[in-house]
Amino acid sequence: MRFGIVTFPGSNREIDASLAITEGVGGEVVHLWHKDHDLQGADVIVLPGGFSYGDYLRAGAIARFSPIMQEVMEHAKRGGPVLGICNGFQILCEAHMLPGALLRNASLRFASQWINLRVENADTLFTNAYAEGRVIRVPVAHGDGRYTADPDTVKALEDRRQVVFRYVDRNGNPLPDANPNGSVNDIAGIINERGNVLGLMPHPEDAVNPLLGSTDGLGLFESILARVAA
Amino acid sequence: MTRYRVAVHIVPRKGVLDPQGKAVADALHALGFGAVREARVGRHVILDVDATDAGAAESSVRGMCDKLLANPVTEDYEIAGVNAS
Repeated sequence: MRFGIVTFPGSNREIDASLAITEGVGGEVVHLWHKDHDLQGADVIVLPGGFSYGDYLRAGAIARFSPIMQEVMEHAKRGGPVLGICNGFQILCEAHMLPGALLRNASLRFASQWINLRVENADTLFTNAYAEGRVIRVPVAHGDGRYTADPDTVKALEDRRQVVFRYVDRNGNPLPDANPNGSVNDIAGIINERGNVLGLMPHPEDAVNPLLGSTDGLGLFESILARVAA
Repeated sequence: MTRYRVAVHIVPRKGVLDPQGKAVADALHALGFGAVREARVGRHVILDVDATDAGAAESSVRGMCDKLLANPVTEDYEIAGVNAS
């Protein structure tokens, strides 16, 4: 199975994502350039973290119109998996592939820290290797991570179990202090209704080796491998 | 074709938490400007566009706002001025 990782001008976690896939779970990676119109046979598309186009206008607003996004959207329409991490999540929201938007952290400070996430739905393409309710430790590094949507959208996401990851404390309790950006309902990651597009602000690709301080992020890539290869 | 200068205000929608606006309002209060009830911080974009008339210039800029310049989930925009330049 082949993962296609898109590099936009200003992406900076594409190598982290690549190493998590190749060294972490033994997957194959092809790097895709934002100006290309070819997914090169990739089964899964990853939009990595970074600051595409310098976050000009709004994070993800300009990258969303990059040439390759046309193919990424068509891939998703065919049911192909798309994973957006951090800036990738922002791009997915700007492209309306996921509902809502990501705004400036409520603290107005860049959040660079380890956080705890609770796996709210383990019955997805991206989380089936985790036990539901498990608390995982991964880092965040973002200035615009406050997930926002209108109340009806948030309710629909909760009702349909599309909230996949939530910020919690180490015991699994949602607390204001455990939420690094003030996102509504402590939402850290959501999936689309069809279940093939996931976006999250934290960086599971940077928690894949004991040397990094955690291996809790591996489960996400193992989940994709298990489901897509099957 | 005439060249028009179109100005657009883009601000966080009412009800969407605007921490920048709140920080600005707090700072103004601290400076003694107690009359400030609320501040919202957004963007001001100035576009020079060629159009047949002012109405066409405005409607093309509205299209730009809907597609790129504003995020319909969190922001409102208003055309602040259309002037032949």
